[in-house]
Amino acid sequence: MDFFQQLLGPAWPLVWTTLKIVAIVLPIMGAVAYLTLAERKVIGYIQVRIGPNRVGPRGLLQPIADALKLLTKEIIIPAGANRFLFLLAPVISIMAALAAWAVIPFDAHLVLADVNAGLLYVLAITSMGVYGVIIAGWASNSKYAFLGGLRSAAQIVAYEIAMGFALVGVLMMSNSLNLGDIVRAQEGRAGLLSWNWIPLFPMFVVYVISAVAETNRAPFDVAEGESEIVAGFHVEYSGMAFAIFFLAEYANMILVSTLAAIMFLGGWLSPVPGLPGGVHWLLLKVVFGLFFFLWFRATFPRYRYDQIMRLGWKVFIPVTLVWLLVVGVWMRTPLWLWN
Amino acid sequence: MNAIREFFRTFLLFELLRGMALTGRHLFARKITIQYPDEKTPQSPRFRGLHALRRYPNGEERCIACKLCEAVCPALAITIESEQRTDGTRRTTRYEIDLTKCIFCGFCEESCPVDSIVETRLFEYHGERRGDLVYTKEMLLAIGDRYERQIASDRAADAAYR
Amino acid sequence: MSFQTAIFYAFAAILLFAALRVITARNPVHSALFLVLAFVTAAGLWMLLEAEFLAIVLVLVYVGAVMVLFLFVVMMLDINLDRLREGYWDYLVPALVVAGVMVLEMATILLGRYFSLEGMPRPSPRPADYSNTRELGRLVYTEYVYPFEVAAVLLLVAIVAAIALTLRARKDSKFQDPARQVKVKRADRVRLVSMPAEKPAGGGKEG
Repeated sequence: MDFFQQLLGPAWPLVWTTLKIVAIVLPIMGAVAYLTLAERKVIGYIQVRIGPNRVGPRGLLQPIADALKLLTKEIIIPAGANRFLFLLAPVISIMAALAAWAVIPFDAHLVLADVNAGLLYVLAITSMGVYGVIIAGWASNSKYAFLGGLRSAAQIVAYEIAMGFALVGVLMMSNSLNLGDIVRAQEGRAGLLSWNWIPLFPMFVVYVISAVAETNRAPFDVAEGESEIVAGFHVEYSGMAFAIFFLAEYANMILVSTLAAIMFLGGWLSPVPGLPGGVHWLLLKVVFGLFFFLWFRATFPRYRYDQIMRLGWKVFIPVTLVWLLVVGVWMRTPLWLWN
Repeated sequence: MNAIREFFRTFLLFELLRGMALTGRHLFARKITIQYPDEKTPQSPRFRGLHALRRYPNGEERCIACKLCEAVCPALAITIESEQRTDGTRRTTRYEIDLTKCIFCGFCEESCPVDSIVETRLFEYHGERRGDLVYTKEMLLAIGDRYERQIASDRAADAAYR
Repeated sequence: MSFQTAIFYAFAAILLFAALRVITARNPVHSALFLVLAFVTAAGLWMLLEAEFLAIVLVLVYVGAVMVLFLFVVMMLDINLDRLREGYWDYLVPALVVAGVMVLEMATILLGRYFSLEGMPRPSPRPADYSNTRELGRLVYTEYVYPFEVAAVLLLVAIVAAIALTLRARKDSKFQDPARQVKVKRADRVRLVSMPAEKPAGGGKEG
């Protein structure tokens, strides 16, 4: 490493950071590819089918076949579409889905950028992802896409507030916006009982449901709504442009699962007291969270749009506000056990 | 009291959890997938697939060009033209079924007074050009000749219920 | 020119361009999107000033929420551009006056003898673990708690007023109440009755 450092001179930090970014992004891309296979398999099993099993042993090469298919397809830009914005939209989507990974701590020391306002940064970056959807909806010059974009805009704003309030609870527990410190604050003698999810249980539930809504997954996938508005915001996209949206959606799923693991389920900490923590625990928790995403999709029918709005504004925001108050008072009493 | 119970049921997501338990159970249920090209589902003798025109055992074609099937066909998929043959009988000169129109309702088979037009168990056929799925009289007769044994046994199996 | 200065000029150039396009773009959706770009670059500039909390909150609140709603509205509107341009020359004179005053104000601060930038002490660079957020929180909830609360109440009043002004309940309009709809249970709508599958023998005629 020293040799390279001397060879590249002042350009070394740039190269080194790029290498680290690649080391994070490549596994995510691989995980996204196999998450699509896992989704098809799990949903297939729940529907008493066996899912893809033809490409490679047990269908394991299916995502690669899908990727090759999408790579070789033509990107069609509809007549009357705004060409620049049409192509910018998927870029914004994937940018938001990947940039947030910069502050995710995989381990006590394994983090790309250990910034103080990590939690805020994640919220800010993920809130920009909606522009991909809105711009795609508007630039496609199609009514279905436009409806999808509008639905997504209103939905994201509603659920971001509830999500933000849920995270305020986490903030109160850890006294820090740094994601690493948030995990460290959950360290305790009781293993998984000392994590945030017990005292903040209502917020945990609100966060999980809002996370499903934020990532536009079933049962909150009104922006796509295959049975109502064909494919919603990405109805006009084909080939690689469509694949980028797809990648962004699944990368977002992994991201919010990771965030849930970090903020409520003790990140890299081990659930059993005494066992050493490590990145494998985090991975286990993320996989657990992702499985719930798939399970939700296989179980619940799509929410109606006005009911989504009601749930966001009239249920989640009051619930989180009330629980903020409860936790605030609870923390001042001797009954508080999570220090 | 009931209201309180409902309140807790709503906020503890009771119904959602029940739904998830149901799908969760199915995750481990025995899978009923048939691996199609390798395995096939059993067929009924009443299966309605590709059409065929039958002949009498002496080789004479059964169809007498009564055009009942053409009249009954709800999808207007059958086209028949007929002529008098030198021996004085009426036979078809043209008998075509447009399988892109056909809905496999089986009315043609039921209307046929001489059991000439029948539907076989074949369902794996295809066309590669536009006209390939318009089956002519020769093609239908060839199918009938080829599968006559199965067609006859299927008719015999179902005869008691007709 | 150091790396930071280069970044500053690049961001400033993008910010000026975006701000200019906000008012010159023909399409209102483009204007709104350029405003988003302006906010993001402004956040970048604030980041250079080590105001990371404000920078991130700018993105979170304005880009993530306010502009989304803005776009929502702007995309729905059917805007007649010609009618928008009608009053251009009438408003030009007052606009020029306002712009002149703003230039004058900025000139007083940046060039003036009494308020010049040299008069201000340069803020000392902070150590890496210095938390901007924590400092802001401390100040807001100790020294400036009353102004902060007053501002909060003001905002609340504005929200209530905005809702009250736009809330017009028409008596003759029909609408769905999703809250009541989701409350409905199966027992409210469906009554399961068990009946014999066939009528008892001898009763009733056939068909």
